[in-house]
Amino acid sequence: MAAVAARELRDGEVVFVGIGLPNLACNLARATHAPNLVLIYESGAVGAVPERLPLSIGDPALVTGSLMVCGMADVFQLFLQNGRIEVGFLGGAQVDRYGNINTTVIGPYERPAVRLPGAGGAAEIAVHAQRTLIVAKLNPRAFPARVDFVTSPGQRCGERSRRGLGMPGAGPVKVITDKAILEADPATGEMVLAALYPGVTADEVQQGVGWPLARRPRLAAVAPPTEADLRLLREVLDPQKHYLKG
Amino acid sequence: MREAVSRFVHDGDTVVIEGFTHLICFAAGHEIIRQRRRDLTLARLTPDLIYDQMIAAGCARKLVFSWAGNPGVGSLHAFRRAVEGKSRGGLEIEEYSHFGMVARFSAGAARLPFWPLRNYMGTDLPTANPRIRSVTCPYTGEALATVPALNPGVTIVHAQRADPGGNTQMWGLVGVQKEAAFASERVIVVVEELVDEQVIRSDPNRTVIPGVIVSGVVIEPWGAHPSYAQGYYDRDNDFYVAWESISRDPDKLARYLDEFVYDVSDRAGYMEKQPQLAARLKAKQRLSRGVNYGF
Repeated sequence: MAAVAARELRDGEVVFVGIGLPNLACNLARATHAPNLVLIYESGAVGAVPERLPLSIGDPALVTGSLMVCGMADVFQLFLQNGRIEVGFLGGAQVDRYGNINTTVIGPYERPAVRLPGAGGAAEIAVHAQRTLIVAKLNPRAFPARVDFVTSPGQRCGERSRRGLGMPGAGPVKVITDKAILEADPATGEMVLAALYPGVTADEVQQGVGWPLARRPRLAAVAPPTEADLRLLREVLDPQKHYLKG
Repeated sequence: MREAVSRFVHDGDTVVIEGFTHLICFAAGHEIIRQRRRDLTLARLTPDLIYDQMIAAGCARKLVFSWAGNPGVGSLHAFRRAVEGKSRGGLEIEEYSHFGMVARFSAGAARLPFWPLRNYMGTDLPTANPRIRSVTCPYTGEALATVPALNPGVTIVHAQRADPGGNTQMWGLVGVQKEAAFASERVIVVVEELVDEQVIRSDPNRTVIPGVIVSGVVIEPWGAHPSYAQGYYDRDNDFYVAWESISRDPDKLARYLDEFVYDVSDRAGYMEKQPQLAARLKAKQRLSRGVNYGF
């Protein structure tokens, strides 16, 4: 999943890096095909070149050797709200049919069954990044038709589109899962099946999704990670398996 | 530290111990727990382990925040138990996103009543928190989100160094500490090292908090552990990982507080209990070249 996500990043792009698997994917991309990726962390590190995979997005290794370190008011106002972020990378406990993400609560807000961490910087990344990529493992609880709480906006909110609501960024264009890639349909904003991992069928993907999943007329095949990708991920980037567990 | 907390932190205060992953003043949080402050409104972007400990210790009535997790690890379990109704007392929450919290401190620091931002359209956050509102721009007619100013009673900032007058320099991730300090009625600065005023004057661009807004300076080496101080010591990621199992079990958490907070009298005592920490986490040297301030 990390290797597939890494491929979505183009060399030289300005990426706002979220916590967890996105962190791993961005650092893999930088170590392989995108050495000039500009990694911006909400903690204030700009052009970070971490010598170790940061456990948190505020790790001291993000500072050492980076191009700039600024305060968080600058990160959100001068970079993100200014429109300087090309790609936002987000994860989430729940992702729905329109790419809305929930990282706040499972169940009702006032009496949650599970209290999740909350928005962090994800809400504003989803609003402002020129495009966002979502990374999440497929299962029906994680992919309901509608999330319990919209923390970070997707392609549609009720009947209203992003543009109608005044959001500058294009929103989630792809959802990278462990079995397939979903893409936002330009007309409806709905996440539709676009590509399958080797050996995975469209029916298997449907079983992990809580709405009737539309399919692109021709499904692409996701290439497996290369030996070099796997070696980098397992031996160099995450030897302690902070992110690669499970 | 004992004197600073006793003088400047009172029951019922809004208390901010800022620092985004970096320079989180655990020493101050522990002293507040030891002095058994109650009914505090604790505000920070990421409550982190320190507010999880303060919630578990019964210091907090309310939490104002934007991301309540253990970064890269999982949950803050004392926070979760309180919010999920599984512990006594409960906890009032007021929730924003990071941009929202930063904007609240910016408004507070500029002594404005609110701060506008282009955000929250399509999210459920304004429903969950009615203090997130909107305003129509008088120039363009655009609807912009607003958040109210946050003006804490006391803000506690950890830093690498300050002079006796409280002029405080920090480097590495500087988070939202400048805004939080300027927004606050009282400011306590806690530093790894006290330096001569001349050291500050030799590099004024590195000063983040000026002495004129500082109420008290505390010298507390290792005061940010298990958070870190760039150039002094590394983040104790092992402890952040260990907190998952400590905080998951209320009895284990209580034993942790007994051993490392209540049963020690200060940070020096805390460090004496863990003699291996200093060697394990001491920072390597990566010196910057310095600049010419001449004219």
